Amino acid sequence: MDGNAAPRGSSLHRFANPGRFMRLSGAMLPWLAALAIAVSALGLVWGLAFAPRDWQQGDTVRIMYVHVPAAWMAMGGYLGLAVASFVSLVWRHPLADIAAAAIAPVGAVFTAICLITGSLWGKPMWGTWWVWDARLTSVLVLFFLYLGHIALTAAFDEPDRAARPAAILALIGAVNLPIIKFSVEWWNTLHQPASVTRLDAPAIHMDILWPLLVAAAGFLFAFASLVLLRMRTAILERRARALMLARAAAARLPEAMPA
Amino acid sequence: MSAFLDMGGYAAFVWPAYAVAVGALVALAAISLRQWRAARAEVARLEALGPRRRGGGSA
Repeated sequence: MDGNAAPRGSSLHRFANPGRFMRLSGAMLPWLAALAIAVSALGLVWGLAFAPRDWQQGDTVRIMYVHVPAAWMAMGGYLGLAVASFVSLVWRHPLADIAAAAIAPVGAVFTAICLITGSLWGKPMWGTWWVWDARLTSVLVLFFLYLGHIALTAAFDEPDRAARPAAILALIGAVNLPIIKFSVEWWNTLHQPASVTRLDAPAIHMDILWPLLVAAAGFLFAFASLVLLRMRTAILERRARALMLARAAAARLPEAMPA
Repeated sequence: MSAFLDMGGYAAFVWPAYAVAVGALVALAAISLRQWRAARAEVARLEALGPRRRGGGSA
């Protein structure tokens, strides 16, 4: 952030003040965050204390109420990252780059939660923390795709320049999404197939499905809140950068710019 | 209550799973809020400093 790169005048101005987004997101964020906390708490307490235990898996089935919503956020978040990247590449909408950069760390955290809780579930039920099978490996690849996106975005001094390579990485990585989804059908795996996201009716009882859906809604609100907050931060950081470049340009007019 | 805490003998797996999920999300929220506050303070500092205000965008 030392502002030594040449300012690309017009594009910086474009990025510097997306006032409408800031107004809208600023009005929504407190409500969204409150919903995230309340609905997540409801879903998790329901799953932890009131949902029935499984006749085979006992109380370990309660791990599902964090594991499955986290997995949905991990994959849905990557879909959002891919869509934002596509919009960024094709239409060069300034908010799309900012959205992609905001989604990646949030998606990475949800993917990490998914992997860790899955491991904690696998040990008592499968007898192992980890197996290199298709489902687990493809979700680990998803985690590394998120980390790669974060690293690539951070590798550029000027956020505008990171957008393109990061978007290309995100789109190439999107082939992993159907691999994750169908891994449990295409390959032999310890992981069970889908119970909820099927074309026919969900294969689980409503006493289990309801707390699961509530926890998922809470996680979705949390995901949206965190992404909006990080987008707002990124916009302010770009505005600060634009202000600094403007000051540097103004200082350069009467005399030479200090080194 | 102790039966609830015991989680049918699986307390060592169920409770850490919930703790990891809540802990990671709270940590991310705290980090994100701190970054937001820092960015807001930086913009306020620069806007207070500068004679050049960004109103309508002079190139």
